[in-house]
Amino acid sequence: MSSTSKRKRALVATGAIATTMALLAGCGARAGDEAAGAGSSAAASCVDTSGDSVKLGFLNSLTGGMAISEKTVSNVLHMAADEINAGGGILGKKIEYVQEDGATDWPTFAEKTEKLLTQDCVAAIFGGWTSSSRKAVKPVVEKNNGLFFYPVQYEGLESSPNIYYTGATTNQQIIPAMDFLAAQGVKRLFLAGSDYVFPRTANAIIKLYAAKLGIQIVGEEYVPLDKDDWTSQVAKIVAAKPDFIFNTINGSSNVGFIKAYYDAGLKAATTPIISVSIAEEEAPAMGHEVTGQYASWNYFQSLKTGTNPKFIESWKAYPNSSGVTSDPMEAAYISMYLYKALVEAAGSFDVDAVNAAAKAKPITFDAPEGKVTLDGDNHHIAKPGHIGKINSSNQFDIVWASDAFIEPDPYLEGYDWFPADIRKQLTDAAG
Amino acid sequence: MDALIAPLLNGSAQGALLLLAALGLSLTFGQMGVINMAHGEFLMIGAFAAYLVQQVITASNLSIPVALPVAFVVAGLFGLLLEVTIIRWMYRRPLDTLLVTVGVGLILQQAALQIFPSQGVPVEKPGWLDGQLTVLGYGWPLRQLFTILLATVCVAALSAWLKYTPFGRRIRATVANRDLAETTGISTRGIDRLTFFVGSGLAGVAGVAASLIGGTNSQMGAQYIIPAFLVVAAGGIGQLKGTIVAAWAVGVALAFFAYWTTGSLAQVLAFILVIVFLQLRPQGLFTVRTRSLA
Repeated sequence: MSSTSKRKRALVATGAIATTMALLAGCGARAGDEAAGAGSSAAASCVDTSGDSVKLGFLNSLTGGMAISEKTVSNVLHMAADEINAGGGILGKKIEYVQEDGATDWPTFAEKTEKLLTQDCVAAIFGGWTSSSRKAVKPVVEKNNGLFFYPVQYEGLESSPNIYYTGATTNQQIIPAMDFLAAQGVKRLFLAGSDYVFPRTANAIIKLYAAKLGIQIVGEEYVPLDKDDWTSQVAKIVAAKPDFIFNTINGSSNVGFIKAYYDAGLKAATTPIISVSIAEEEAPAMGHEVTGQYASWNYFQSLKTGTNPKFIESWKAYPNSSGVTSDPMEAAYISMYLYKALVEAAGSFDVDAVNAAAKAKPITFDAPEGKVTLDGDNHHIAKPGHIGKINSSNQFDIVWASDAFIEPDPYLEGYDWFPADIRKQLTDAAG
Repeated sequence: MDALIAPLLNGSAQGALLLLAALGLSLTFGQMGVINMAHGEFLMIGAFAAYLVQQVITASNLSIPVALPVAFVVAGLFGLLLEVTIIRWMYRRPLDTLLVTVGVGLILQQAALQIFPSQGVPVEKPGWLDGQLTVLGYGWPLRQLFTILLATVCVAALSAWLKYTPFGRRIRATVANRDLAETTGISTRGIDRLTFFVGSGLAGVAGVAASLIGGTNSQMGAQYIIPAFLVVAAGGIGQLKGTIVAAWAVGVALAFFAYWTTGSLAQVLAFILVIVFLQLRPQGLFTVRTRSLA
């Protein structure tokens, strides 16, 4: 024991020395110095942009359970960085990226964030997938006044001056899905989810909105994320006879859910499912059994809008590409370009200057899903809502679209059916 | 009636899958004392083998029956490779086998992640498993019946093999008393290899069954390994009949708890039950009587 802790102490000491050396060595122009007047940052930034390049960090799980999803996000970030470099970089500086593996382990996400910010001295970090990973990164980027770009739809009820959220918050994915169900005349809804913060929060919101819409919730079931067998729960769904199933299951457990659903004789024609985690990437692993089911996203590969054709073409040509594009991938792509737009508007890589630029005037990007605009106050972006129906080639036919781009409202303050005490309770519960 | 029939039937099918996953372990862990944490990844290999067979034989009606023996042999060969290269240096050091095989499992997971699409691959269910059998008003999925039949066939084949064939007799002799078996001229090294091949092969068969229930991807094995070990321990080390009873009991308990409470709580309750049982009866349901000193 004692020798281990000694070794640990030695490691910490070495780390501290290395950090100090790096700080001393980085005596060129520092991002912190460039915009000294823009505000005082808690920790002195060691970001060095005096040369002709800027360092950015990518933090994705390349090993462990989440690698099945996060590997693609990492690839698309690389593609975006390569594209930006080919076009001259950011403020004339080439992106030099440092890829780190979060290894599906939340403390590792925190450690790697610390390393990227204080040892690699990156100007911003891109990545994460699960809410747990984001919540591990959050205190570290806040302490070091770093920047983190998070590309996945999530449960909302969060906003941090050091995080930019380019995926949907609940009012851009869950609420549009409920509007779609109401328009379909759904009366009896069953909620099936994985057992963690996103489905629990999403379902709390769904239940409140369903009451307002006059939709009855006929059952609610959760299964741990790492369990595929949904047999027992599907038997309950059969007995509850819903018109529609709202699916907030994540990961491979979705495959088990669809199989158990199909085994029990349920059909898309009579008891359809609307999902918020099944996209073009996930559908092929489910075979024909998922055909005819619905999903709510902002982006689909089948969209003809914006710069989508160009995005798909670039992705297909990119080495190690899976050939299909999906919402989280597109959000990751947006995050890189949004950062470029922010830095160019600020004229600096300094975090405070970037945040000030976000507030000063609307930052936009011609994204594959359409022209997205950043909300400088809550750091989310306005997005279009879309509902797609899975066809036999595992692509989505668009069956519903929101009238306009939906402004992000992570705390659902613009919705009268969402009471303040529940907002507080859910925000506290999410930590 | 539904409140009893549905969980009972669903639970029996869940138990059958657990049994398939645990059967190979009851050989390698129960008989040989090797804690093979890569057993879940052998199950994964079986599932991917089913997918590959479906790429060659596209009619799923035929491909699943073909995939079963293929998965057995492929997973068995991986097991054999593990035994020959690593495990054989570690007999009688169960903790070391645990650590080493955790590593082997991670390597196999990452290899699957690199080779196959990261989100996993589809394994199509044969058409003859579509539909339900109505049992006292409950529409019981035929796929569940298939899992139970498959587990029954595997158990029958394994116990007949252990009981009536010369190989089986040699395995039982080696387990009962390795030194004495050696003095009678049995190549215990050969027997070890064979046992490991069969144990791993059974994981492959379980993988085919699992591919019809959940996702086929690099992570699929992890969810089976701990329950499978618990089932083997609760049944009594080295006792086939114990493993059968324990797997069925855990499956049915899981299904009833899931019916009364929630899916997450069911996992907790079922395994609390196993832990309490093992506290009261650490040797498991059944025990082996042996004169061996080892």
